Amino acid sequence: MSSGMKKGSEIIIDVLQEEGVDVLFGFPGGQVIPLYDALYDCPIRHILTRHEQGAAHAADGYARVTGKVGVCIATSGPGATNLVTGLANAYMDSVPMVAITGQVPTSMIGNDSFQEADIYGISIPITKYNYLVKDIHDLGRVLKEAFYLARTGRPGPVLVDVPRDIQVGQIKYKPITEIYLPSYHPVIKGHPKQIETALKAIREAERPVAYVGGGIISAGATEELQAFIRATNLPITNTLLGKGSFPEDHPLSLGMLGMHGSRYANYSIYNSDLIVALGVRFDDRVAGDVAKFAPRARVIHVDIDPAEIGKRVNVDIPIVGDVKTVLGQLLAKVKPMERKKWLEQINQWKKDHPLTYKKDGGLKPQYILECINTLKKREVIIGTDVGQHQMWAAQFIRTKKPRTFISSGGLGTMGYGFPASIGAQVGCPEKTVILISGDGSFQMNIQELATARCYNIPVKIFIFNNGYLGMVRQWQELFWNKRYSHTHFEFNPDFVKVAEGYEIKGRVVRTTEEVMPAIEAALSVKEPYLIDFRIAPEENVSPMVPPGKGICEILEEC
Amino acid sequence: MRQVISVLVRNHPGVLSHVAGLFTRRAYNIESIAAGVTERPEVTRITLVVSGDESVLEQVTKQLRKLIDVIGVIDLKYSQSVTRELILMTIYLPAEKRVELIQVATSFGAAIVDISDQTATLEFSGNERRINTLLMALAPFKIKEMARTGLIALPLESSFGDSREFLA
Repeated sequence: MSSGMKKGSEIIIDVLQEEGVDVLFGFPGGQVIPLYDALYDCPIRHILTRHEQGAAHAADGYARVTGKVGVCIATSGPGATNLVTGLANAYMDSVPMVAITGQVPTSMIGNDSFQEADIYGISIPITKYNYLVKDIHDLGRVLKEAFYLARTGRPGPVLVDVPRDIQVGQIKYKPITEIYLPSYHPVIKGHPKQIETALKAIREAERPVAYVGGGIISAGATEELQAFIRATNLPITNTLLGKGSFPEDHPLSLGMLGMHGSRYANYSIYNSDLIVALGVRFDDRVAGDVAKFAPRARVIHVDIDPAEIGKRVNVDIPIVGDVKTVLGQLLAKVKPMERKKWLEQINQWKKDHPLTYKKDGGLKPQYILECINTLKKREVIIGTDVGQHQMWAAQFIRTKKPRTFISSGGLGTMGYGFPASIGAQVGCPEKTVILISGDGSFQMNIQELATARCYNIPVKIFIFNNGYLGMVRQWQELFWNKRYSHTHFEFNPDFVKVAEGYEIKGRVVRTTEEVMPAIEAALSVKEPYLIDFRIAPEENVSPMVPPGKGICEILEEC
Repeated sequence: MRQVISVLVRNHPGVLSHVAGLFTRRAYNIESIAAGVTERPEVTRITLVVSGDESVLEQVTKQLRKLIDVIGVIDLKYSQSVTRELILMTIYLPAEKRVELIQVATSFGAAIVDISDQTATLEFSGNERRINTLLMALAPFKIKEMARTGLIALPLESSFGDSREFLA
């Protein structure tokens, strides 16, 4: 090969290395053979999942625990469409990801060629941005832009569709060193006047509450947040994605708010006179009925995405900016504040309405989670799937550090948890990754047992098995007259035997006494391990605010 | 409430899909969309007429600004901008009505660009009010086919001052 000439596939590898990518999650196919051929001689680790959706979720999980851009690869057509759920999931939760897909050669596009799908068109509404590379001269620039867009501003997934002829074509390639995107300028610093106004409002408020979310974690703002909360003495509640932004065992923490939030978090929000919203989006699972969310409160909203401000609630003091920078600006001017009376009231609510459950009636999922909380001497990352087990985990796992609780929030993707936990474990090999899943969710990406075994990725798989699609069953019980239409699994596999087929050890746990020994057994081995917890089948997630209701319209008994 | 929004975007294939896709994805009502290059070949101007309440319209401009390809969004107030739409109409025209049609066309300044034994095709451009008035004047005629470009608009330089509101 003449000097300086590079194939498209080699340009892709070059950019991946320049961007510091150390692991890829992918699945080969006809239109990415040239890229895979270049990967064959390349030091970047490649994890071969057993389904492209697994690759997308694994890249997502990897990104959430490391803060780096997760990368996945798939072939054209079905490979690309299998990424769709993973992209939509990452987009909803603002996770930095780059997906590279193969495409039929440019001359064949539009011919309904074999394994052709318009993934560019398909992915427009579920990516931050996307590209179809039609000229090899654009390839390097496009990939650099993709990484830049994925990780800056409000992070998100970016898809790059690369036709086969672009991968095999050759050009003289010079690395791209500058990004030129004239129409993309995320605002980082908050407006100084708004900072002053916000501080004045916080100082004057009698019943303020901080409401924080995933933005704190993606901005890396946990230290600033803690200093700010200490200085202002604000009681603080977090969203599902905000778990880890502030230690949930801190006296000022109210844990999670919203549909399945603690009563005291929801009471605090409802009765507040000032909401300090940081990196959140007033999602409908938090604020079902916005008019009955915090009716007497003024709202300060800090977000890097101007379109989030005023989207669901009226905001009195908007601050567009990076929440880490804005918190730094606030900290520079803040003076210590006291709020004895309000905190006393909140502590009374905490005493009167603790987050609890009935201890009798079989193996309780909440008990298992309490056991996990007692694990000492090791750093644990919790991954969850979607459903009742996810909400129990959100309620009962005390998350203390950022990037240690990963869950599909916005999209609510069953099947997310296992591949995402695999990605998390790959990103943090020194930590213990525990997947909390359900018998429904786990079966949606059960094939990834092969991935975990093949690379010995030691994820601990805890299935909360109740034989139901439990969350839907709970809704049917409460709002649909107990008509359990198609939510009961009349057949479930023997999960331990399934794991055995993949050469993964496991056991069934039926009683409270067996829980801790089983967890210890799982954690004592340096390999994946599955526990099939047969939990009380009709246990509900409580408290619950019915959908579309005000945050204090909590069901009495559920 | 209706609003005319002028959006400047990077001119490349796919940009219209991104803009149009936004409207379906977020369930915004779009009345017309017209796109064409500007004085700068790398920039396309898309003129949108959208309807909705105030909060929806605010979201529309914010979401448009969020698109990576969007360079700028200008809210064009009717009173401070010049708006035009081009309309072509083929009308059934019995011989005895020819004079009447020519009178209407002349008084509006519409051009008759084609005539057959049974039809005439009219070309007219104007703002929304003038187009609607012309359509009313043509009510006695039966329209065979009609094509409209959708509204395009530019801010009035003469009312420039502080009144032009840049949204991005």
